[in-house]
Amino acid sequence: MKPAPFAYHRATSIEDAIAQLNDDETIARPLAGGQSLVPMLNLRLAPVQKLVDLGRIETLRRVDEQAGRIAYGALLPHAAFEDGRVPDGSNGLMSFIGGQIAYRAVRTRGTIGGALALADPAADWLTTVIALDGQVVLVGPRGRRSLAAADFVTGPYMTALDQAELLESVVIPRRAKTERWGHYKVTRKTGEYADSMAIALFDPDARKARIVVGAVNGAPIVLTKTALEIGEGANEERLQAAIGQELAESDRAFSPAKLKLHVTAALRAIRKAGLS
Amino acid sequence: MKTEITLTINGKQRKALVEPRQSLADLLREDMRLTATHLGCEHGVCGACTILLNGEPARACIALAITLDGSEVRTLEGLQDDPLMGVLKQSFHEEHGLQCGFCTPGMLISSHDLLQRKKGLDEEQIRVAMSGNLCRCTGYQGIVRSIKAAADKWAEKMTASEEVAS
Ligand SMILES: Cc1cc2nc3c(=O)[nH]c(=O)nc-3n(C[C@H](O)[C@H](O)[C@H](O)COP(=O)(O)OP(=O)(O)OC[C@H]3O[C@@H](n4cnc5c(N)ncnc54)[C@H](O)[C@@H]3O)c2cc1C
Ligand code: FES
Ligand code: FES
Repeated sequence: MKPAPFAYHRATSIEDAIAQLNDDETIARPLAGGQSLVPMLNLRLAPVQKLVDLGRIETLRRVDEQAGRIAYGALLPHAAFEDGRVPDGSNGLMSFIGGQIAYRAVRTRGTIGGALALADPAADWLTTVIALDGQVVLVGPRGRRSLAAADFVTGPYMTALDQAELLESVVIPRRAKTERWGHYKVTRKTGEYADSMAIALFDPDARKARIVVGAVNGAPIVLTKTALEIGEGANEERLQAAIGQELAESDRAFSPAKLKLHVTAALRAIRKAGLS
Repeated sequence: MKTEITLTINGKQRKALVEPRQSLADLLREDMRLTATHLGCEHGVCGACTILLNGEPARACIALAITLDGSEVRTLEGLQDDPLMGVLKQSFHEEHGLQCGFCTPGMLISSHDLLQRKKGLDEEQIRVAMSGNLCRCTGYQGIVRSIKAAADKWAEKMTASEEVAS
């Protein structure tokens, strides 16, 4: 056995999980798919005295489909998106992403909520949900609140989650049917976390673009000026300059090599969206 | 403190007393003496411990046994009579898909799942799908060749049995 000993509680409901986590005496953590937390326990990197297992809370696996948006329960595994077992309003982007995180044997267990709550800067869902203008619903001792995914992530492995607060669902607005997406991930090995990752969305009818770069030492960066340039029909040269400038103006202090990597990922995502 | 859980392992109901920190892999290997499930990295990367959990592939090294109460687990030992597994083993034998055999149970479980889910795979697709299983001695040429050969043989078998049925 590799982890240090800890206590275990199998939560029966969201309220039960919150009550168990709301404890100043012990370091308690929720457990979802365990695909990040259990490796950390095995390596003794995460101090945990009590695990609160969310796995049996069926309401966290619910999908709520409405005219303008789809809400995905936090416990839905990556494989459910990959296999198209949940409805899609993203023109296939979420299904594509679900299919390229890690490996099949990890995707069957790892969850969208766990990935967002961990907020690894290089996590695929983080960049994706922000690109899609998603929201997260959090529930805790003081009730429910809804936040833009972009505001939920506050830094590398840092989120707006308060003590005993759970990520309950991820809400994705239905994207325009005419919107195209492009994705590019730089990684040394298939299934590994990204060295850089970019998603570009472009709706030619509305001439509206959105471009997000991830794996950037913190929350993914939304390139708003570049998106405007895309809308105005800028050529690749201008876009390259715009991306470089916008990234350099961010507070992340990229090395020249990293900057080049992120500019390249962003440009390739834009190309894949069929923009240049 | 230990807790009693019940699992269906390779078709048989088994009870076990587990500590919260005990992985499914340790339970299988140490308590159940099912040692086909190998342990390499113990953090989800190498794939040696891949088993079927409720019919889907999963890493036994990062699944806590206590969380799985009531689940169905299948290891390589429990796939001995499985026809597709038979074809895969024969192909690994013929196409030099293994040397020391350490990674092989994980390779077999992952490729078994792959061939059940996907048809008509080319070599590139097999490589991508099998990227979560590391081998430190055979090299991947033989492994990919084995899986491709098994896929072709299996497709032939399936068409033959469909023809018989119709
Ligand atoms: C070999 C390997 C390769 C991987 N490669 C990639 C990759 O390329 N890209 C990628 O994005 N990910 C990758 N991952 C990570 C994988 O996607 C994880 O599944 C995911 O990051 C965590 O999800 P989980 O459900 O397993 O969460 P857990 O491991 O259970 O939890 C992760 C953290 O989030 C907290 N948490 C979980 N759920 C909630 C909730 N609902 N509310 C509040 N807090 C919660 C936990 O307390 C913990 O701190 C990889 C993992 C492995 C093992
Ligand atoms: S031992 Fe489980 S993935 Fe390596
Ligand atoms: S056969 Fe030796 S590790 Fe793969």
